[in-house]
Amino acid sequence: MRSTPELDARAGLEKLATYPFQIATWVDADGYPVSVAVEGDVDAGAGTVSFAAPAGLAVPSDRELSLTGSHIRPQPGYGYDERRHVTVWGRVSGAGRGRAARLTLAADRAWGWDESEVPFFEYSERSLGQSRKYFDALSRERGTPVKPRLSLRFLTLRTTRLPFLTATIVPVMLGILIAASHGSFDLVSAVLTVIGASFAQLAINVSNDVFDTAQGADDANVTPTQFSGGSRVIQYGLVSFRQMATLAFAFYVAAAAVGLVLLAIRGSMPLLVIGVVGIVVGLGYTAPPLKLVYRGLGEIAVAVGFGPLMLLGAYVVQTRGALRIEPFIASLPVALLVALILYVNEIPDRRGDAHAGKRTLPVRFSRTAVVGGYRATVVAAYVLVLVGVAAGWLPLPALLVLLTVPLARRVDAGLTPNYDNPYGLMSVMGVNVKLHLYVGLLLIAAYVVVLVAGAVAPGVPLFLR
Amino acid sequence: MASLPEPVERLLEAALVGELTVVNSAGRPITYPLIPLYDGDKVYLTSSTLFSRKLEHIKANPRVSVSLTDPVALGGAAGRATIQGDARIIEDDPHGGWERLLPVWEKKEPSIVTFLKARVALPLFFERALIEVTPRRVLYWADGSPARPPVVTVAGMEAA
Repeated sequence: MRSTPELDARAGLEKLATYPFQIATWVDADGYPVSVAVEGDVDAGAGTVSFAAPAGLAVPSDRELSLTGSHIRPQPGYGYDERRHVTVWGRVSGAGRGRAARLTLAADRAWGWDESEVPFFEYSERSLGQSRKYFDALSRERGTPVKPRLSLRFLTLRTTRLPFLTATIVPVMLGILIAASHGSFDLVSAVLTVIGASFAQLAINVSNDVFDTAQGADDANVTPTQFSGGSRVIQYGLVSFRQMATLAFAFYVAAAAVGLVLLAIRGSMPLLVIGVVGIVVGLGYTAPPLKLVYRGLGEIAVAVGFGPLMLLGAYVVQTRGALRIEPFIASLPVALLVALILYVNEIPDRRGDAHAGKRTLPVRFSRTAVVGGYRATVVAAYVLVLVGVAAGWLPLPALLVLLTVPLARRVDAGLTPNYDNPYGLMSVMGVNVKLHLYVGLLLIAAYVVVLVAGAVAPGVPLFLR
Repeated sequence: MASLPEPVERLLEAALVGELTVVNSAGRPITYPLIPLYDGDKVYLTSSTLFSRKLEHIKANPRVSVSLTDPVALGGAAGRATIQGDARIIEDDPHGGWERLLPVWEKKEPSIVTFLKARVALPLFFERALIEVTPRRVLYWADGSPARPPVVTVAGMEAA
């Protein structure tokens, strides 16, 4: 994959014609480049540029000359933007003498970059091969491996995608609080549940990168964002494939160890079933043979894993296996909203995913269907809360989640106009992540109210039942 | 000691962007718009490893030029210049070695410090090599027009 777009000569000339002047450059007799600004008349149809011969300089006709157009817009206090440049090469021939002398370049190749056509982040991603080549060459030169680096703090954040742990913390905390509202609470097992579930998600995050790299999805993606496209630490050469695989294995082992401790101290058949299903769904998310996300089942896997499984798992640890409908109902809006995080994040990845055979929902369906699917699912999440409250399954303060409707509307409104613009979609993805988090926090807050009210004013009815 | 004529130093100090031209193995000039940085003696540019093809060319052929041509990028200055020189790649520490030029870079592009603080977002952009250009010969057009011959100066000497 070339980092900088090769252009055909005509396309290069058409771009060159948009610049107010061009920089004519050739290599002089001493082997140094000489550059002089000229004002060329571009004839893209004829494939030529003619310009007045610069005074006092001998322009050679026996070697290539380039004409470059370059543009920035200064932004005081910031730097500049609107970067673009184009270079056209060819041989020159001359006509006329003295001040009337004109030179004509016959263009035969061109290249350039325009950040309005190829955004800087995509341009950088397309250039990863050049960076690898650089470090390989430097390593050979020094006889020792030289790799790009990142501080441990940043590397940890990037490798594990730590900020996404909210997807685990929300359902687990909710499950613990609902159990507490039912009179079951054990601090040690609650803390262990948070730790074990977090290890499980970190294992899934890291192994997702391992399998997506093995199957080519992350390499094919040239428009990753902070929310999509994986951690890219393997692609960037910051962490090796083997190190990532080892890290994923270590997180799985840690999660399993905590799970076994929980089974030992708070074990029950429901917890065992939830644990086994969780391992199958977590591993099967990207790993063969299931590869759920490659089959368009990623959203369901994520919804089940980070909705009912996490919430009910945390709940049954506290209740020693006793189940009720309330935690299941509470897990449903959380499940739908966490699935929507994946769903929206797959939109900018869809070309790379399609290339790697990853048949996600945005790969399979049209823009209209995908946006409609978002709208229907987010409405369903709110309806579930309303029905849950009306039926007396969820507490009245759970209606606080309606405060997040403006966030859902912002995501809905931002999807269509930014559907083909990964970087425009970044802020939409950010709001969508907040939507899940805020709904989760408000449900948590609702159960804090239930617990506090139960302690200080037990007679206050907080359920419509 | 200043190695460049004073008007060219002023252009270098003002330039948000200049054009580095290197010569590839086929003898073809290749031009890259970059921010030129000047320490009063040598001209520096930096290159991310992402866009390091230019470094390969310089290692094979250190003869380069830095031109200052765009009045918009030169703060409205009418003068134009081309500095021919010999380039050296400084890449002892691609992770942080280039940061010694950060104060000069920041003067021209203040946002770079903000981006550097968030280097986790694009780590390879901040893995960089320095290009140090020792000026040999300077061509200067006081009014920027190629209709008049440039004033040619051998670096460190009087105008010819």
